[in-house]
Amino acid sequence: MRVLAWVYLALAYGFVFLPVAVLVAFSFQDGRLPVPPFQGVTLEWYAKVLGDRALVAALVNSAVVAVVSSVVALIFGFLAAHALARVRLPGSVLMRGVLIAPMTVSYLIIALGLLAVFNQTGVRLSLWTAGVGHVVINLPLCFAITYAAMGDHQKNAERAARDLGAPEWKVLLLVSAPMLAAPLAAAFFLSVTFSWDEFIIAFLLTRFDVTLPVEIWSMLKSGLSPATNAVGSLVFLVSVTLVVVLEVFVFRRVK
Amino acid sequence: MTLETAERRMGWGLVAPALLWTAAFFVLPFVAMVALSFAHMEGREVVRGFDPGNYVRIFTDWTMLKALLNSLEITVVVTAVSVVLAYPLAAIIAFRVPARWQRLALLLAVLPFWTSYVVRSYSWLLVLGQNGVVNKALLGLGVIAEPLEIASTRAATVIGFVHFFVMLLTLTIYANLIQLSPNYARAAADLGAGRWATFRHVILPLTLPGVVTGAFLTFVLCIGDYITPQILGGNNELTLPQLIMLQLGRSGNFPLASALSVVLMAVVTLAYFASSRWLRLDRV
Amino acid sequence: MTAGVSIRSVTQRYGSALALDHVDLEIAAGEFVVLLGPSGCGKTTLLNIIGGFAEPSSGSVLIGGRDMRGVAAKDRPTTTVFQDYALFPHMTLAENVGFGLRMRGVGREAREATADAMLSLVGLAGRGGRRPHELSGGQRQRVALARALAVEPDVLLLDEPLGALDLKLRRAMQDELKAIQRRVGTTFVHVTHDQEEAMAIADRIVVMNGGRIEDQGPPREVYLRPKSLFSAGFMGEVNRISVKGGVSRLGMLPVPDGCLCIRPEAISERGLLRLGPCRVVETTFFGTHLRAMVEPVAAPGFTLKVHLPQGAAPAVGAVLDLGAEDHVVLQEA
Repeated sequence: MRVLAWVYLALAYGFVFLPVAVLVAFSFQDGRLPVPPFQGVTLEWYAKVLGDRALVAALVNSAVVAVVSSVVALIFGFLAAHALARVRLPGSVLMRGVLIAPMTVSYLIIALGLLAVFNQTGVRLSLWTAGVGHVVINLPLCFAITYAAMGDHQKNAERAARDLGAPEWKVLLLVSAPMLAAPLAAAFFLSVTFSWDEFIIAFLLTRFDVTLPVEIWSMLKSGLSPATNAVGSLVFLVSVTLVVVLEVFVFRRVK
Repeated sequence: MTLETAERRMGWGLVAPALLWTAAFFVLPFVAMVALSFAHMEGREVVRGFDPGNYVRIFTDWTMLKALLNSLEITVVVTAVSVVLAYPLAAIIAFRVPARWQRLALLLAVLPFWTSYVVRSYSWLLVLGQNGVVNKALLGLGVIAEPLEIASTRAATVIGFVHFFVMLLTLTIYANLIQLSPNYARAAADLGAGRWATFRHVILPLTLPGVVTGAFLTFVLCIGDYITPQILGGNNELTLPQLIMLQLGRSGNFPLASALSVVLMAVVTLAYFASSRWLRLDRV
Repeated sequence: MTAGVSIRSVTQRYGSALALDHVDLEIAAGEFVVLLGPSGCGKTTLLNIIGGFAEPSSGSVLIGGRDMRGVAAKDRPTTTVFQDYALFPHMTLAENVGFGLRMRGVGREAREATADAMLSLVGLAGRGGRRPHELSGGQRQRVALARALAVEPDVLLLDEPLGALDLKLRRAMQDELKAIQRRVGTTFVHVTHDQEEAMAIADRIVVMNGGRIEDQGPPREVYLRPKSLFSAGFMGEVNRISVKGGVSRLGMLPVPDGCLCIRPEAISERGLLRLGPCRVVETTFFGTHLRAMVEPVAAPGFTLKVHLPQGAAPAVGAVLDLGAEDHVVLQEA
C-alpha cells in the first residue's frame, strides 16, 4: 500500500513533467527540429528569440496589459468586496452572483460578446480592448479572494478605526488594505499570471499590437521549431520564478 | 440623512465600479451576442431580426451537431479521468508526504501549470507527434514497428487536457483534504471503520463540495477551450470552440458563431445546475 | 472630557424581534455605569446605539445634551473598547494608540507624546514600538483601553472588555479599570454578563432582561434590595418562598403577599425572621463559607441554600433552627 503510493506519486510527477522536460531539453537542440534524436547543445535559438523584435514587443505588451488590468481588477474587486462584506445592501446576494458570474463563462464567449459590442460601437481593437477583457475575467477572482479573506477580525478593526474618527477612505487605506495585504497580493499575482498567459481574449480583441501568447501562436503556424521551445522555456522560467517568490513571500503568510 | 442611508450610499459607491464594469463588459456583451445569434447573413452583410435559423441549423446540420457531441464527449471524459487521477495524487501529498515537505511536493506537482498555455499544448505535440519522444522511444525499444498516430487525434486532445486539469484538481482537492480535521478519520477508525470505509463514508463526503467545484471548473474551462484541440487534435474532428472560431475566421459569420456560443453557454449552465448543490464558487 | 448620556424611549426591532423595548436611561457625566444581563438581553445593542454602530428603530440618544440622530460613529464624542480589542495588527502599539489623533489631524510628535502618556497610564510605558501579536491578552486589553482614551472621549464604551481574560486577570483588571476611570473622569458605560465584575467596578448597575431595564442602582442596593425576581436571581443565589396571607410552605411567615427572597448568606441561627427547624442534607466547603443544603422539617422535599461560617461543621442529618437576617418580598411577574 505504502509502496504503491510512492510509485503513483513518481508516475504522476513523470506525467506532469514529461512535456516540460521535452520542451526545455529540445530548446537547446543543435538542429532544425525539436524532436529526437538530440543533436547536441546550442544556445543559438535563445539568441534568435531574444533578438526577435516582434517577440520582445509582444512580451512587453503582455506584461503591461497584465499589470494594468490586474491593478484595475484588484481595486474594483477589493472595493466591492469591502462594501458587500460590510454594508447590508438590498440585492447583495444577486450582486455577488453577478460579480462572480464571469468565472463560470468560457473566455471564448466573453471575448466574442465583447467583440460584438466593440464592432457595433466602432471601438478599434487594441491592447486596451484586450485589457478590458482581462479585467472582466480577473475581477471575479480578485473579488472572491478578498471577500473570502474579510473575517470578523477584519470587520472589528475597521469598526474600531471608524469609532476613532477615520473617514471611510482612510479606513480602507490605513486599516483594511494593510490587514489584507497577503490576500491582496495573492489576488494580484494570480491575476497577472492569468492575464499574462491568456490567449483567446487577447487573440480576438487585439489587432496590430499583440500579446505574447498570440505571438507564440503565430510562431506555431510555421511548424515545429526549437525557437518556439526557447520562448516556451523562457516563459516557464519567468512564471516559475514568480511562483517561487510568491510561495516564499506571500502565500506562506496567507495561510 | 440617517446613519443607515449614509452607510448604504457609501456601500453603493464602493460596489458601483465593479458592478458597472461587469454590466458594461460582461452582461451587455452577452445580451448583444444573444441578440446577434438571431440575425442572419446575406452575402457578407449581417441582417438583424428575429430569425431562429442559426439554431435550427446547429441542430440539423450534422457537422455542427457532431462538434457539439465531440465537445461533450471530450469534456466528460477529461473531467472524469482528471478527477480519478488527481484525487489519489492529492491524497498522497496530503496524507503520505511528511508535513514539512507537503508545500514543496504540491508546488512541484503543479509547477508546469504555470507554463504558457499555448506552449503546453505545443510541448505535448513534441511528445506525441509522429517523430515525437514517445514514438521514437517505442520504436527504439522495438515495441512497435510503425509510428503511432497519436497527435491530431482525439486521444492527444484528451491527454493534453488531462495534463492541465490533473494539476488544477490536485490543487483544489488538496486544499480540501488538508482542511479536514484528522479527528474525523480518527473518530471513524475508533468506531471500527476500516481504511476503505473511512474514505467512503467520511473523507469522500466531506471533500465532495471541493471535488465538485473543481470538476465544474474543469468542465467549464475544457468545453470552452480552443487552443488544446486546435493544436493537438488538429482539424480532423472539430470541437465547438473550433467551429466557432472557424465561423468567425473563414466565413465571417458572426451570427452563427454567436448562436454556437449561446449553445455552449447553455451546456455550461446545465452543468452548473447539475452540480449547484455542491458548488462553492466563492471559496475556490 | 466627560458628558452625560440620555437614552429616551429607545426601541430596536430586528424584523419581528424586539431587541430593545422603550428603554429610558439617564447616565450622569463621569459616572461608571455597568449594563448587566444575560446574552440576548439587549445590553450590547444599547451600547452599539450609543456608539453609533446601530440606529434605533425609534427613540433618541443625547450625549452632552446633543441629539445623536444621524451622527456617525466617527463623529461622536464616544470611543469603544471592543470585546476582541480590534487592535490593528499591522501597526505598533504607539501607532494604534495614536490612530484616533492621526484621524483628527494631530501631528506626529504630539501623537507620539500622547501615545507614550496613554501607554504609561495603562502600565505599558516604553513598549510603544511593539506590535499587538507580541502581547498577552491582558496587555492587548490595556492597549485597546489606551487607544480609546487617547482621543479624550466624553463617553467611553466598553463591550465585555474583560470577557476574553482568565478569571484571575479579570479580577485584577477590574480594579485597574476602576482606578483609571477615577483618574480620567470620563463617563464609562461597560457591558458585562458577570455580576461580580459589575459589583466590583460600577457606580451604578443597570440590570437588563428581554430588551428592558429590570432594575438599577448602586451595587449594594441592586444586590440587597432588588426590584424584580429576575434582578434578584441574576445578582446572586437566592431562596424563594411564596407567601400568601401570611402562610407559606414553611408555615406562618409575618411578611406581605408575594415571593419572599432570602440570600443564602442571610440565613443563620440568629436570624429574626424565623424559618423553623431544618435538617442538613449536604454540605460543601467553599473556602470563604460552608454551603449547606437544608430541608425544612415543615416542608419535606423543599430545600434551602444556606451559607454558614467556614468554622461551622454540622453533620449531615443534624437539625438547625434557622432564621433570615435580611429579606425582600417581590411580586411574581
